[in-house]
Amino acid sequence: MTGWIAPAWSKMNHVNHKHIVGMPLPRKEGLDKVTGRAQYIDDMSLPGTLYGGTVRSRIPRGSIRKITFLPGIPWDEFVVVTAKDIPGKNCVALIVDDQPCLADRMVNHPEEPILLLAHPDRHLLPQAVESVKIEYDPFPALFSIEESERQQVIIWGSDNTFKTYLIEQGNLDEVWAKADYIVEGEYRTEAQEQLYIENNGVIASFDRGITLWGSLQCPYYVHKALMTLCNLPADKVRVVQTETGGAFGGKEEYPSMIAGHAALLAMKSGRPVKIVYDRMEDMLATSKRHPSRTRHRTAVTREGKILGGEIEFVIDGGAYATLSSVVLSRGTIHAGGPYFWPSVRIRGKAVATNAPPHGAFRGFGAPQSLFAMERHMDRIAARLGISPVEIRRRNFLKPGQSTTTGQTITEPIALDKLLQRALSLADYEAKKERFRSQNMSSSSKKGIGLAAFLHGAGFTGSGERYLASVVGVEGCADGGVRVLVSSTEFGQGTKTVLCQIAAETLGLPYEDVEIAQPDTEAVPNSGPTVASRTVMVVGKLVQSAALGLRQTLIGAGLLGEGHSREEFRTACANYVAERGGLKSWARYDPPSGIFWDDAKYRGEAYAAYSWAIYVAEVTVDLTAYGVTVDDFVALQEVGRVLHPVLARGQITGGVAQGIGFALYEKVVWQDGRMQNAQMTNYIMPTSADLPPIRVYFEELGNVHGAFGAKGIGELPIDGPAPAVVNAVADALGTGFDSLPLLPEGIFRGITPAATTGVDSNPAQGVR
Amino acid sequence: MNAPRAQCDISLTVNDEFRTLRTFPMERLLDVLRGRLGLTGTKEGCGEGECGSCAVLLDGVLVNSCLVPVLQAQGAQVVTIEGLAERGRLHPLQQCFLECGGAQCGICTPGMILAAYALLKKNPQPSLHDIQEGLAGNLCRCTGYAQIWEAVAEASVRGNRG
Repeated sequence: MTGWIAPAWSKMNHVNHKHIVGMPLPRKEGLDKVTGRAQYIDDMSLPGTLYGGTVRSRIPRGSIRKITFLPGIPWDEFVVVTAKDIPGKNCVALIVDDQPCLADRMVNHPEEPILLLAHPDRHLLPQAVESVKIEYDPFPALFSIEESERQQVIIWGSDNTFKTYLIEQGNLDEVWAKADYIVEGEYRTEAQEQLYIENNGVIASFDRGITLWGSLQCPYYVHKALMTLCNLPADKVRVVQTETGGAFGGKEEYPSMIAGHAALLAMKSGRPVKIVYDRMEDMLATSKRHPSRTRHRTAVTREGKILGGEIEFVIDGGAYATLSSVVLSRGTIHAGGPYFWPSVRIRGKAVATNAPPHGAFRGFGAPQSLFAMERHMDRIAARLGISPVEIRRRNFLKPGQSTTTGQTITEPIALDKLLQRALSLADYEAKKERFRSQNMSSSSKKGIGLAAFLHGAGFTGSGERYLASVVGVEGCADGGVRVLVSSTEFGQGTKTVLCQIAAETLGLPYEDVEIAQPDTEAVPNSGPTVASRTVMVVGKLVQSAALGLRQTLIGAGLLGEGHSREEFRTACANYVAERGGLKSWARYDPPSGIFWDDAKYRGEAYAAYSWAIYVAEVTVDLTAYGVTVDDFVALQEVGRVLHPVLARGQITGGVAQGIGFALYEKVVWQDGRMQNAQMTNYIMPTSADLPPIRVYFEELGNVHGAFGAKGIGELPIDGPAPAVVNAVADALGTGFDSLPLLPEGIFRGITPAATTGVDSNPAQGVR
Repeated sequence: MNAPRAQCDISLTVNDEFRTLRTFPMERLLDVLRGRLGLTGTKEGCGEGECGSCAVLLDGVLVNSCLVPVLQAQGAQVVTIEGLAERGRLHPLQQCFLECGGAQCGICTPGMILAAYALLKKNPQPSLHDIQEGLAGNLCRCTGYAQIWEAVAEASVRGNRG
């Protein structure tokens, strides 16, 4: 048994409202969650509700020839919506607006929505959906990055390419001649399903305007999409987030689609419409992590110094552009890892295939390109005959050096020190030695591997400037305080941490601060709840708005500089009684010294990065070829930890998903359609599959974000896959370069007769 | 799936309350609890018995209510998450989930707490391994389970009264 960590509640007796940040306070919505009172979308019902169902494409690509409503269904009882019923623009408004809300004439991927049905009895829907017969004229379709790149068939734009990026630094052409070694590698990752336990779902009602309740991350994304689709002005669309049962990026863009469907049915029927997907529909139709291919060619000296390299990072975006350009951007910027590259050329490309669009999933491109980087570092080490530890130590970024985009590191990062601490916590050197000797006489092989990585917090480049987020803090009539943000809670602790920030800023007890449920009629647009930006960016704005609130009370002569809880409550209540309301707003103001060139892709890509070293210990069983993760050390620097229990929960949860990405989770495709869209055969880690993940934080006195906090949510999914696969390589003496690494992949990789090619690519799968 | 057309009377005790319902015998216990009785604390995650979000106690045994036809609950004692707190006082497991970070998004939490309850009934002082195995039928995508194990271990220390 490893690592029972004393539950943080034991420290709770010491809580006082002078130190709210950093304390393990109870989750704001926690009581509702442990008693079953929390209301998720499927727990809500409105009188007269109809249930909506979606008729979807059965083919990957083609034109719709004929739609027939087969007999045996009381069709006159159903509300039917097609593309012709759309009052506004037939698109899911996001970046490029190329994705229709309902296919009209052409379909471009399996499961593309074509027609909508609604009926008061939800049990009648599945059969009715099956009874809409659609005949197609099929067109040739593309199912892999390579097929798309060949451009023998063009399915999107003029060249099947959604977006390309080029990052260049130094003079790469000169490095090859100087190199003692040139190391090449190709790495692949597959799609991963977010597998939030609550499926996508919404309710729409129409009465002069649309009101939409749903399980979602970004109320204002849905707001914008519904305005465009329904041709309604901003004040006729209201979006309310209900309690959301997990999201992980999977409820960033897709809710705009399902919300559009419910809204169209509600507009046509005049009744509230609920659409809640079942698990299979959710897995078949909604977005997943982008499959990727990364190629590295690296010039290295015999001492293990990187002179320069070429990196080509390609992702499969599926049939429509959706968020692929942004995922590509993050993946491309993170492709060089936490290392100093004197010269580098990174090409990023997102291509189209006829799969349902791939989309946001925690990490957002970085887990893919960092898997490649961290496997490649081990490959370089092996070629040079030095240790995986040394190759990293010799190339770590140091303060004063710059990243691949030319961003100078100004934070006091000490990756050496972080590495040393992680190795010591994992007992790395001793175990490596011990496993080497034990493995010789054992039928199961043990190994230990590491990964070093970084994750940028907030929107990339000028993204935060364009978002121009707004946050409010309201003084209430009873003297309490309410935070007004569109930032959503879906498990990470948004509500709790933002209330902590406001409470500490105002010197109030945590209980005196509440947070409004995100509702576009009641809260300002504080940007989407994505990109590890909530604590760092929105939290900082909450702090500013809270300070503004106090200044208003001081300016009105109702409050002195130092004040007690009661004085504040009285001042606040008096102000509201006299003037009718008290709200303080803060708008994002870009930090000074931040420069980003969108054309050249150079500058400060992120306001701050979080840094981490993860170490995985595995056993590979050579009878069944299964891998067990025996121990996992996750050490990170995320700035100030505002809530130790929530922060640790973010790391353990992210690591678990990362282990799933590495060892368990495989989407089996056939002609662009997922074949294993069930929890029965899409396997995620259970309680019996994981070790107690050991989580450690290093705090270096950061200056970013509220109280020095940086981003945390996505970082932990970047490192586990390379750490685990590097550990498997250590155990077996054979490298693996594709995810997921399933038992059959290991079998093929280490059984000479089973290997078909020189470059073993065991987990490439059906595609 | 179409339920057979004939309805029948089913009697069962849910959270200590005796109920008689006219219902289709093959209707899922999950739908009866959520739809007919308004006990929406029991969640549907997969509908095929894999995720455990719909777990309830049926005569003290942990079952996935999405796989149980209500007919099978005739005469049975059913406990859902709503029945765990007594007179507004949280069960130690609920309290420990709250304190230890065992609930994140909360959708698996009701089923997970009932699975833990069933485990502690059988084994009041489980080892970490017992807890890991005992909860293996309940999927959580948020936590990586560590804080759930701690919540269960802590509840077992505080005494699994209830």
